[in-house]
Amino acid sequence: MGLNKKDFTLLIIVAILCVFAPFILNPFPEGSAMAQFNAGYPDLMQRLVIFGIFAIGFNILFGLTGYLSFGHAAFLGVGSYAAIWMMKLLTMNVIPAIIISVLVAGLFSLLVGWISLRRSGIYFSILTLAFAQMSYSLAYSVLTPITGGETGLQPKVNDPRILDGALAAGETPRANLFGLQMNQSYEMAVGNWVFTFNAGYYLAAIVMLIAFYISIRIFRSPFGMMLRAVKSNQQRLNYTGLNAKPYTLAAFVISGMYAGLAGGLLVAMDTQVGAERMFWTASGEVVLMTILGGAGTLIGPVLGAGFIKYMENIVSKINKSILEQWFAFMPDGIEDLLITLVYPFIGKGWHLTLGILFMLVVIFLPGGLVEGGQRVGRLFKRKKPADDKPDGKTTPAE
Amino acid sequence: MDAIILQILNGLDKGSAYALIALGLTLIFGTLGVVNFAHGALFMIGAFCAVTLSRILTLSHTVIDETQKDFLGNPLKVDVPYIYDIFGQATGDAIIDWAVPISILFAIPVMVGIGFAMERGLIKHFYKRPHADQILVTFGLAIVLQEIIKYFYGANPIPTPAPDAFRGSFDFGAMLGFDPNTIIYPYWRLVYFAFAAVIIGAVFAFLQFTTFGMVVRAGMADRETVGLLGINIDKRFTIMFGIAAAVAGLAGVMYTPINSPNYHMGMDFLVLSFVVVVVGGMGSLSGAVLAGFLLGILESFASMAIVLETLPGINQIIIYLVAIIILLTRPRGLMGRKGVMEE
Repeated sequence: MGLNKKDFTLLIIVAILCVFAPFILNPFPEGSAMAQFNAGYPDLMQRLVIFGIFAIGFNILFGLTGYLSFGHAAFLGVGSYAAIWMMKLLTMNVIPAIIISVLVAGLFSLLVGWISLRRSGIYFSILTLAFAQMSYSLAYSVLTPITGGETGLQPKVNDPRILDGALAAGETPRANLFGLQMNQSYEMAVGNWVFTFNAGYYLAAIVMLIAFYISIRIFRSPFGMMLRAVKSNQQRLNYTGLNAKPYTLAAFVISGMYAGLAGGLLVAMDTQVGAERMFWTASGEVVLMTILGGAGTLIGPVLGAGFIKYMENIVSKINKSILEQWFAFMPDGIEDLLITLVYPFIGKGWHLTLGILFMLVVIFLPGGLVEGGQRVGRLFKRKKPADDKPDGKTTPAE
Repeated sequence: MDAIILQILNGLDKGSAYALIALGLTLIFGTLGVVNFAHGALFMIGAFCAVTLSRILTLSHTVIDETQKDFLGNPLKVDVPYIYDIFGQATGDAIIDWAVPISILFAIPVMVGIGFAMERGLIKHFYKRPHADQILVTFGLAIVLQEIIKYFYGANPIPTPAPDAFRGSFDFGAMLGFDPNTIIYPYWRLVYFAFAAVIIGAVFAFLQFTTFGMVVRAGMADRETVGLLGINIDKRFTIMFGIAAAVAGLAGVMYTPINSPNYHMGMDFLVLSFVVVVVGGMGSLSGAVLAGFLLGILESFASMAIVLETLPGINQIIIYLVAIIILLTRPRGLMGRKGVMEE
């Protein structure tokens, strides 16, 4: 497949994790006190892999070229809108929807990139942010006939859908892959455990593996080397007679297409779109995922996306009564004290935890979780002299 | 004509807020070279200083009032603010009424303190790091600050009215010789504009006419040389950070009667203020102020009914559109200097 042994092993590990995710994410039996840490339900698993795709794409731009875009959610949103219109007009089959979402997001990112990449550094960040905010405001106001405004869009029973047959009475349109419905699940009960295998999740996981494979190839290709050259010293690149713009633009469009793909998949799994997924905090979130996992590394963004989405779901579900259960064994005074101390960080306080975590990572571990892993690894095998991963720790370009 | 004057006036208050925040951002950028994404959070904290003070002033204890009876004939329980006990009822009422302006006095030390803590505790360690790292860490800090405020004050906007004296509107048209009631402008917005003008003037005068300001300007031009002259420039820059935080905080305090503060107001203003800074020219103080007012006024013109008929939705995007055009045609912004934030 054109991969060296190490990358191939990485790809295989990710593939195995994806296939067995319903088991791995469901380690605790139903009904036990720890069951709220289970993440093996379809909705969450789908989001884990879809945001993985989003972050992988963002990493191709930010990790390789160092251009920090603050507007990537716009491409995800545009892709989502394109996909939902495909479902309304053509067919509920997800394949055309996903393809068109990638194409439309690609075209849009070509336009945005062509303009924004005239500048670099913070100006580039502000330009992409401006474009994303513009798309968001327009989707909310003037473009309401296309975007549904505040209510968003869902497939309706009386949409044309020229390729699909007429719906039977009382039947609602459902996203499917040649008849296989995306929300179809097979539940396997083993003792106290219930494992859910969801069609939509496996489709998304396969797409993510393909996306991951492509990103490995980009990282290892001459094109990827050019992008790293842009990051480390764009001026020198210019002096050698090379124009960096086509390369950075290509990277921008590729990452825009990844975002569109993620948007299309989100629609395929849950057939609705709202403008809020284009808001700039959504763009900030993908930056968080990439940095938290480790920008410029292959596996980092996937880890970061998985970590943030998992924590978001689990931490925000913990409430006061669960805390009381946990600390019940302690003396009353200490129990109350602990609960008061922990309470601001859980449930609705998830964003506080996220913000603190993010600051800690940026301050102490700029390479993200991957660098943390490497440091821990180095503690255990001290004899290895140097880090053999050239892209482990990198500084973004100005 | 009257419509144009009205729109210019309408743009002034938002423009003042943009200008004040952008001024602080530029001060920090110009002195410390740090891109501070948490500046919007400082604006928001300033607004919540006003909320806090008005809550402190209305702290009450319950008194049984024998003169009033409820419908069952029992004596009525009345909440009496502690401030009545100290100053008597009339003065107490006046103080509570003027809570927002009084908050200025309360907000200055708080904001300067927060500014010092931020600079010494966090930003100091990021001078040598790339701008992307500075953006990211201050972005994280902004999330943390706004979540803390949300935890203590809840997610809903908290109405904080202006003093009674400023609550009405003011017929500006009659003064200029137009028909009455054509140009009506709330007093408080006028106060806000005047306040912003005073603050901006004070900051400029401070930098221009004091020895401290002169040293700071010298440090902005060439930090190393000033340091070699034996001046502790870091200390002065820290103080400037405190001043910038106070400017943002005061902008927030005075903005509370115009828009009830909520925990994400900082983020909403931050994005626009960054656009303002970039349009004005990174590192140029007068550019930031100019661009702030320009964009505020432009925004209010874009929301006129006639404009909206021809270009629907333009009021939502005009600022970003202008930013894109300016950045592409004048890469350094309106008044940017050569060599600041060039790639």
